[in-house]
Amino acid sequence: MFRATLKSLLARKLRLVLSGLAVILGVMFVSGALVLTDTLNRTFDSIFSDVYAATDVSVTAKPKVEVSEMDGEEVSAPLPASAVETIKTQAGVRSATGRVDADGARVIATDGKVLTSFGPPRIGSNWTGTDEMMEIRSGRGPEAPDEIALNATTAKLAGYAVGDRVPVLTQQPKREFTLVGIWGYTGGRDSISGVQEVAFTTPVAQELMLGEKDVFTSVTVAAADGVTPDQLRDRLAPVLGAGYEVKTGAQLSAEDSASLKEGMGFFNQILLGFAGVALFVGIFLILNTFSIVVAQRTRELALLRAIGASRRQVINSVLVEAVVVGMIASVLGLLAGIGAGAGLGALFSGMSGGMDLAPIGVPLSAVISSFTVGILVTVVAAVMPALRASRIAPVAAMQDVATPDRPLTKLTVAGTVVTAAGAAALGTGLFVASGDSALYLILGGVLVTFIGVALLTPLISRPVVSLLGRLFAWSVPGRLGRLNSGRNPRRTAITAAALMVGIALVTGVTVVMDSAKSSLKAEAARILKAQIMISGDQGGPRPPTYDPAVVDRAEAIPGVRAAAGLYNDLVAIGGERSYIAATEDLSRLAEAYGTTAAKLGADQIAVSAPEAAERNWQAGSQVSIQTSRGEAHTYTVSQVFTEDTLPGSIILPAEAIKGFGITQPVLGFIRLDDGVAVSAVLPQVKALVADSPEVSATDQQTFVDSQAAIFDQIITMIQILLGLAILIAVLGVINTLALSVLERTRELGLLRAVGLGRAQTMRMITVEAVVIAVFGALLGVAVGAGMGSAVARALKDDGITQIVLPWDRMGTYLALAALVGVIAAVLPAIRAARLNVLNAIAHD
Amino acid sequence: MAATNAGGPVAARAEEIWKVYGSGEAQVVALRGVSAEFGRGRFTAIMGPSGSGKSTLMHCLAGLDTVDKGTVHIGGTEISTLGDKALTRLRRDRIGFIFQQFNLLPTLSAAENITLPLDIAGRKADPQWWDTVIGTVGLKDRLRHRPSQLSGGQQQRVACARALMGRPDVIFADEPTGNLDSRSGGEVLSFLRQSVREHGQTIVMVTHDPVAASYADRVVFLADGSIVDELANPTAETVLDTMKRLDTPSDSVML
Repeated sequence: MFRATLKSLLARKLRLVLSGLAVILGVMFVSGALVLTDTLNRTFDSIFSDVYAATDVSVTAKPKVEVSEMDGEEVSAPLPASAVETIKTQAGVRSATGRVDADGARVIATDGKVLTSFGPPRIGSNWTGTDEMMEIRSGRGPEAPDEIALNATTAKLAGYAVGDRVPVLTQQPKREFTLVGIWGYTGGRDSISGVQEVAFTTPVAQELMLGEKDVFTSVTVAAADGVTPDQLRDRLAPVLGAGYEVKTGAQLSAEDSASLKEGMGFFNQILLGFAGVALFVGIFLILNTFSIVVAQRTRELALLRAIGASRRQVINSVLVEAVVVGMIASVLGLLAGIGAGAGLGALFSGMSGGMDLAPIGVPLSAVISSFTVGILVTVVAAVMPALRASRIAPVAAMQDVATPDRPLTKLTVAGTVVTAAGAAALGTGLFVASGDSALYLILGGVLVTFIGVALLTPLISRPVVSLLGRLFAWSVPGRLGRLNSGRNPRRTAITAAALMVGIALVTGVTVVMDSAKSSLKAEAARILKAQIMISGDQGGPRPPTYDPAVVDRAEAIPGVRAAAGLYNDLVAIGGERSYIAATEDLSRLAEAYGTTAAKLGADQIAVSAPEAAERNWQAGSQVSIQTSRGEAHTYTVSQVFTEDTLPGSIILPAEAIKGFGITQPVLGFIRLDDGVAVSAVLPQVKALVADSPEVSATDQQTFVDSQAAIFDQIITMIQILLGLAILIAVLGVINTLALSVLERTRELGLLRAVGLGRAQTMRMITVEAVVIAVFGALLGVAVGAGMGSAVARALKDDGITQIVLPWDRMGTYLALAALVGVIAAVLPAIRAARLNVLNAIAHD
Repeated sequence: MAATNAGGPVAARAEEIWKVYGSGEAQVVALRGVSAEFGRGRFTAIMGPSGSGKSTLMHCLAGLDTVDKGTVHIGGTEISTLGDKALTRLRRDRIGFIFQQFNLLPTLSAAENITLPLDIAGRKADPQWWDTVIGTVGLKDRLRHRPSQLSGGQQQRVACARALMGRPDVIFADEPTGNLDSRSGGEVLSFLRQSVREHGQTIVMVTHDPVAASYADRVVFLADGSIVDELANPTAETVLDTMKRLDTPSDSVML
């Protein structure tokens, strides 16, 4: 029995390769994700053990606002210079060095643009001499206030050599320094993992990076001979007290590495998500292939039954086939995944400016999950066909091969019940329930409806395919193709359903994103009265900032009615982290924003009505706010403003800004006098921000468009990634067509014999493919639009006020599907056209 | 020997055609220099035991297979030199086929199957001829049925109607009664003979059934890739006798 199975397996190599491809792609994603994570994890481990190699113990101040690196929040917590002196006097301390070390030192390259970084921070630090890891490449360390040194990566990227004047953006506006030295790291490394570093003299670093004199970010402590880092830590901790954190280098290395790994987890989730989609679509494909294989082998299986094989043996013979296919696909998928993981790793290290990647390794988890996923998916998909195979009556061996189409009753009932349940959940979520439960009901309803529609596909396929086919029925080949596509509703449906999944997801995301985009634009048009905006694209954890002096100078431009800057910070209010805003003068901000508000006193804040309601504040409430730096301060709520009349929900006075993590404005609003043209003022504002290369001045429309651009980026990303699911679906269409051609050899022979030309034969197959593909896309677009609208509706409270159906994009998806059909038809059509007429009609 | 048509116009002609399959030791000579003529308006049967080359001869005559040597003419056209496109057109416009397996398209109704070759050619059926053919095959009330709703005999009659509808120069029938019971087979055969007698249709039929051959005007016998005998106005008995003679060692055959 086993040998018979293997023999028949080998006889259908091509078909199994096609269905196996879906599994290969899915497994590739799974193993690729795991290989990449493993490689990056080891890379991070080695980076941080390098970073802290020269550190026995490090002392930092406890942050005033708890932050997590995963959220991309950077808050420095400076410690006073006196702490360094205290540490120096302790027993067991050989040396203690105060260090300034903060993200946000942005070098302006020779081309006038700020050096960007995807991931690694741009560190500004104080020069404390070289340690055992560092080596001077040329020049020396900075000694005068206007001198800096750069690490070799930064110097190379920006194109500077020793002696050049280098402009740098920090907590303060652009300042120029003379480059006196370039350093690198042992082993010929230009930097550790692509981090850009600028070293100032200690006082300059304190002023520029921390905004205060005589403070440090941390103290690096070296242990005296005979004292271990652990002992030193245990000695220092009680001396310094609860306001400080004392950790060994090894501890820090492990912690930093862990937090970066956590950040990478997100990336992994995406990869695994797409693996899920690929495998989900793959199940359709495999299910279809095995169903067809079983249908074609009806005679063979019936014969096996007739000569005494048991049902169980028949089931096993199909399942063994599935296991073999799954196993081969897993091996290939694993190999492809290792390649993909290595490729992504290289891409990653390239993007982060030359991170030294650890050698690619294959963790056991990748191997295990590849095989588990690959084999499981294949076997699950083959269970139904296997059961069907076991129900073939032995007498079928004596009958003609024609397998009548089974009635769709059961499937239809199941599909209707599931769809109805999903629709009910959706309806309840949309119109009855509220809050979180509504969201869950809607999301659940969407998923259940999705499955229900998939079950109903065979039923829907009959009328829709027949209707679609009429578009092509103007010629004989077209008519024949149309009839063929309606011939086997189940097969057509499953093939189309695979395509539906990908297109529905893309359409759904597109609907949500377009709705969000259009809502955002409408909102902006409604509330934003400033004609000129100063803003930049955020490329890392640190938002782009500009020189605060720009605001006053902008207001001085003739024709400007008001100009205001907006500052942001992460603060703690009652122990809870929140984002707040601040401005120089609230009345000016209001004017620039197109509303009115009174100036805030030094101890006053303004709060939006919904925020006040949520926090249970009224005008006059006393609120303690701890900004990133400085001391906690108690403010009085002096104004409660209507939502959207001012930017942000909690606005602090100008006096609070010095305690912010970033003391420069991130946004600027400029409103013009009535009748003044934007074009008359914009160039002057542009000139003002010329020294702040991270931001640009734009008119309102450009600003709104650039804010909305993120949604288009997300759509593009989803389109690319789900293109994979569509690729798998194309394989499904090819598979189905190839099988149809095979099954209909005799018919094709007859058609050729009675005069159907080769081109006409190809056209017939192509029409069949296009009809199936367009049917799938049509379903996908319909289901996707429905799901997307439901999700968008569910997010109403989160600001999606409009639901937009992107007809142009949906039309494109349909057109693409038709193209997909044409492409999928190429090989089967050629095969059909090349068919030897004689073989096709010769009797057995 | 060459089977020549006893005078009259020729619908199809084979001249010294050779067909060889495979090469080396596995070489099989299917046709060794066969020459034959098939008269217009005549019903000719090609007979012979399995492997005699009778199907190959028919395939070569019908432009379904190429010959290795020699020439084939349909009417005045030499087809042995035609390419796929021209052959396809020839089959579409000038040749009709009837197969043992009926070979109807399951997706099309009986009527659509009958007009299929005309539809492919983009031609319309002549309404008068349509009525005649449908009347003769007796399918009037079955035209809207799908093949799966018809009996074997009915399906073959649809196939006959399909072959006749385009009034081809020649209809090639390959064991048309092989899958039918004797009564249905008889119906199909009388119907074919009727179309020859009444409408002047030319039919070439391959069969191994002496009864089927007896419906023809003339029987050509093939053995080992050569024409070995022929019989005019055959009956089932004379055909059977000839076959028996051919089955005995060849030296006793009087040629």
